[in-house]
Amino acid sequence: MSSPAIEILGLTKDYPVGFWRKRMRRSLDNLTLQVEEGEIFGFLGPNGAGKTTTMKLLTGLIFPTAGTARVRGRPIDDVAMHREIGYLPEQPYFYDYLTARELLDYYGRFGDMGKAELRDRVARLLERVGLADAADVQLRKYSKGMLQRAGIAQAILNDPKVIFLDEPMSGLDPVGRREVRDIIGELKKQGKTVFFSTHILSDAEMLCDRVAVLAGGKLQGVGAPGEIVSLEVDAMDILFELPAGRSLPPALAGRANPIGGRCRMEVPEAELYAALDELRRSEARILSVSPVRPTLEDYFLRVVDKEKVTSHAVEVAVR
Amino acid sequence: MSAAPMPVAVNTFREAIRDRVLYNLVFFALLMIGASILVGQISIGIDRLVIINLGLSAISVFGLVMAIFIGVGLVSKEIEKRTLYSLLAKPIRRWEFLVGKYAGLVLTLVVNTSFMTIGLATALFYVGRPFVRTDALILVSVYFILLELALVTAIALFFSCFSTPMLSTLFTLGTYITGIFASDIRGFGEFTKNPSLKVLTRVIYYLVPNFHNFNSIAAASHGEPIPLALVGQNTLYTVLYVALLLVAASTVFSRRNLK
Repeated sequence: MSSPAIEILGLTKDYPVGFWRKRMRRSLDNLTLQVEEGEIFGFLGPNGAGKTTTMKLLTGLIFPTAGTARVRGRPIDDVAMHREIGYLPEQPYFYDYLTARELLDYYGRFGDMGKAELRDRVARLLERVGLADAADVQLRKYSKGMLQRAGIAQAILNDPKVIFLDEPMSGLDPVGRREVRDIIGELKKQGKTVFFSTHILSDAEMLCDRVAVLAGGKLQGVGAPGEIVSLEVDAMDILFELPAGRSLPPALAGRANPIGGRCRMEVPEAELYAALDELRRSEARILSVSPVRPTLEDYFLRVVDKEKVTSHAVEVAVR
Repeated sequence: MSAAPMPVAVNTFREAIRDRVLYNLVFFALLMIGASILVGQISIGIDRLVIINLGLSAISVFGLVMAIFIGVGLVSKEIEKRTLYSLLAKPIRRWEFLVGKYAGLVLTLVVNTSFMTIGLATALFYVGRPFVRTDALILVSVYFILLELALVTAIALFFSCFSTPMLSTLFTLGTYITGIFASDIRGFGEFTKNPSLKVLTRVIYYLVPNFHNFNSIAAASHGEPIPLALVGQNTLYTVLYVALLLVAASTVFSRRNLK
């Protein structure tokens, strides 16, 4: 059996805070996670959840307080691991005195490509991310969206097997977001593993094989987007019409919302049959009954709310 | 030896050129032109001494300003602007990045100093004196200035690995000034009766680089010989000191969290 693309074991990161740097603030708490080869893995969480901290730990920009991680079997402190990865930082900023072509040529020199191969690869990538026309313009003249595209191009420049994208959709208009989604889809077809963080849940739902939700530095749940949203049925949704002149039975009054001559009502699953009996007695015409499943967004918000209650425990230790 | 520092060095040089750092050459050229015209009018017989003195001093000062102010920003600017994040995710070790940045700035300083040396030679030619054999001393003096700049750059880079640009500038400047007076500080310690002060001045003497030996401007302008042994000694001293500083800087920087 092949080893996972990314294997995270108890990864923890504390930062010293305060003037004397004696107090420690835990940014990431004992994260254990596996991402398989070829997966598109979404990393979800609100600001300050620990998503960027995880990305920086996995790319070797910061060092763990505890725990370990491996990318394609190589430990994250091994420079050879960097041959396997590409990384788009959050809100990327590049050498603004360079053009996009020069930037990619510069980064490409740390890979294994020859000069001619690199030149071709750079031209193709610039075309792919829609920057061919602006390839020889200095990056200081680029918009935020164009910088993001240049950032994606540099992340996949050396044909890495595992690609980390930190908020790749941020700063992009709907067209740009769609293009990034297409690129991620292409990467999946090529068998790449993509680990990307986002707080745009529809993107995660559309793209990801699996997602992990992080809040307050802790892993709250991991699974296929479908699994996460089908964890439980919140309630039942009933759509019905009342005959002219009939009003709602007193037991249901105040619970139904009229929508264009029809009524919609949410009732707990256990109360469904009682509510239907009441409606039948009122001669209501039942149009549909469907389960209300939490969306990824509901799950996300619930997790975040729960985490707020316990967030006072984030400051963990005194040196 | 790894090839990874090379692209970093080239990019650092390119940044300096595109940020118009070499514009300082215009000021140097104006200074030389002004000095040549003025010297021709007021100092008959000592034009050589004045032009060489002024030219070499300007080369040193311009170079020091560049070495310190660009040197302290070599690392901090990349962290502050977050350009380092995508770079260090590539297969490059942190020490390779530092060596590349260092080499890039030293290359910039060499190019800058070379142009200024040509400017100085042009000024000497303009005041109408033929080149003589002792003019080779000017080149030795320029070489010493370059060694000094290489050392100052390494100091600036070292401090910038763990400190803010403002503090790094102060530390580098402080180290440089202390280094100029290193021998005097030790001499002062010998005179005092306070044993702890004696130890302190001796520690300072051995800790800071001794920049006094790099100053051969007076010898070059007066045509006094510069011993070959001093050339070898200064070269070896610089190589060792720079290597030590780069190792120290790499050790600090390799442990640094890039938040």
